[in-house]
Amino acid sequence: MSGIDPVILLAQLMVVATPILLAAIGELVVERAGVLNLGVEGMMITGAVCGFAVGVATGSPLLGFAGAALGGALVSMIFGLLTQVLLSNQVATGLALTLFGLGLSALIGQGYVGLRGPVVPDLYLPLLRDIPVLGPMLFRHDAVVYLGLGLVVAVWWLLTRTRAGLILRAVGENHDAAHALGYHVVRVRLMAIAFGGACAGLGGAYLSLARVPQWTEGMTAGAGWIALAIVVFASWRPGRLVIGAYLFGGITVLQLNLQAAGVRVPVEYLQMSPYLATILVLVLLRAGRAPGSLGKTFHAAQ
Amino acid sequence: MIRLERRREPSRGWALATPFIAVLLTMLAGGLLFAALGKDPVEAIRTIFWDPLFGPYAGYSRPQLLVKAAPLILIATGLSLGFRAGIWNIGAEGQYIVGAICAAAVALAAYPAESVLLFPAMVLAGALGGLLWGLIPGVLRVRFGANEVLTSLMLVYVAEALLAAMALGLLRNPEGRGFPGSRNLAQYPSAANLEILPGSGMHWGVVAALIAVVAAQVIFARHQLGYRIRLTGAAPRAAVFAGVRPGLLVLVCMGFSGALAGLAGMFEVAGPAGRLSIDFGAGYGFTAIIVAFLGRLNPFGILAAGLLMALTYIGGELAQMQLALPVAAIQIFQGMLLFFLLGIDVLTAYRPRIGKARA
Repeated sequence: MSGIDPVILLAQLMVVATPILLAAIGELVVERAGVLNLGVEGMMITGAVCGFAVGVATGSPLLGFAGAALGGALVSMIFGLLTQVLLSNQVATGLALTLFGLGLSALIGQGYVGLRGPVVPDLYLPLLRDIPVLGPMLFRHDAVVYLGLGLVVAVWWLLTRTRAGLILRAVGENHDAAHALGYHVVRVRLMAIAFGGACAGLGGAYLSLARVPQWTEGMTAGAGWIALAIVVFASWRPGRLVIGAYLFGGITVLQLNLQAAGVRVPVEYLQMSPYLATILVLVLLRAGRAPGSLGKTFHAAQ
Repeated sequence: MIRLERRREPSRGWALATPFIAVLLTMLAGGLLFAALGKDPVEAIRTIFWDPLFGPYAGYSRPQLLVKAAPLILIATGLSLGFRAGIWNIGAEGQYIVGAICAAAVALAAYPAESVLLFPAMVLAGALGGLLWGLIPGVLRVRFGANEVLTSLMLVYVAEALLAAMALGLLRNPEGRGFPGSRNLAQYPSAANLEILPGSGMHWGVVAALIAVVAAQVIFARHQLGYRIRLTGAAPRAAVFAGVRPGLLVLVCMGFSGALAGLAGMFEVAGPAGRLSIDFGAGYGFTAIIVAFLGRLNPFGILAAGLLMALTYIGGELAQMQLALPVAAIQIFQGMLLFFLLGIDVLTAYRPRIGKARA
């Protein structure tokens, strides 16, 4: 076990946690608006392939991530149209979105298997990067790692400190009351769903452009579902989301390092650990109170 | 301005028509998709929906229809019980895999002894394996309040890893020259799930699927359990007052759907698949979710939907061979089908009205 360096471990942890953190912060906003979108996995993998395709075509990781956010937001609008306008069941529609996204991404990604995308450079943070121990651990990552953390802060600020956040929460807690007060429930929710889709897309693109970095079919491997679990774990609060994502990242990194260190447990059993850990977390931590209207269909009856 | 007005009663006509309209719209949208891929849309649709039944190779593909439909129908029937009550078992794929592992383990433990008892023992092991794997998320929900959608899904990934571990380790064929995968059960007479009538595609899994459909229909129409499921789905609080124990219902639904998925895995590993391999899980557990909804969570509807979905699988393979249509196109096709179904379903419960609301 001596081959495992804790500094590298923690540095890797931040990278591994980033795609899930991005997808989870988007889903958190969606769920705070009272919508349960189980299509995170589908939006993530769509983002992964869109980001990779745009990245390869333009050679620019920045445009790649923009394309991923757009792709994720676009497929999320299928869910938005079905659940908000056509009042379909959110659980079933979310599942359909996941199945559709997996197929769509496989189709788009056909020509991209085995290609190399553009390199996502590490952000150069002078002085900070030279701090012993903390420097290599915290300050030598690419911009997206910090974007993820920044988004968490931004969402926290939006939800708790702004009028828009208050309206969003009102819509999520009791859509009938919010409607009676004159807020546009459907409009607010559609915006939240699009934001969630864009975030999931970014998370997916982080996998295909930075973490792996390659396109393979089904590469998200349940990351979207884990993001959903982390939202529940976080009791719909942004701060706890970071803890959840890093906890999960830690287990994944540890598992990968144990594999590399050649521990005498078959790889397949080590691979189970992130999923088992997610179940354990769901079991051990009583989730807080979910938004009051979560998953319920809103129909403005007269 | 079009607005939706809730119907007093859900429209029976629309409920019946929706799946057909959804299939038609999917064909249209699918045709556009295939055209965008540079294929002749009419030919592609014909290859998928017509050729497997009446084309030049129909003699081969018709029996395949039953082979593919059986696991889908078996799993979807189990899922429909829970779905009707708002209990979301999304992990049928995992239960299917674990059922297959348990059944194969029983068979391989007995190998090469021949006995008429082996096949029934495998059926039991498969059902039990799926049952227990399905009960895990059930127990976690009842006992700890953990969301069954997420836990059942996480267990799919665990089951896939377990499958790989078994195919590479404990259950690997000792005479397989180091290749991953178990012995071929289809060549082990006592364990093989062979066709009952040669050339028909009719194996014991098909029989089990038909029994499950009829049993589910009886449960829904005549049995207390069906009444409780429907009541819980419609009004959970009222159901509690009517004496339904929600926890018990979760366990029954999760266990039942798990057992049927495990059975499907058992029949698959002993017959069409023949052996446990790393890629044994072919996504039947997920496609069955579409089948359940397409069949309106109704047993006979599921029977029809399962056959239709099997058709798209076989037609998709044909299209892949003859027109070089990518496999993923069929996945998208199936996803679209569910989208259209869910979208049009609004007309069952609501009536579109043009004009402003009356005051």
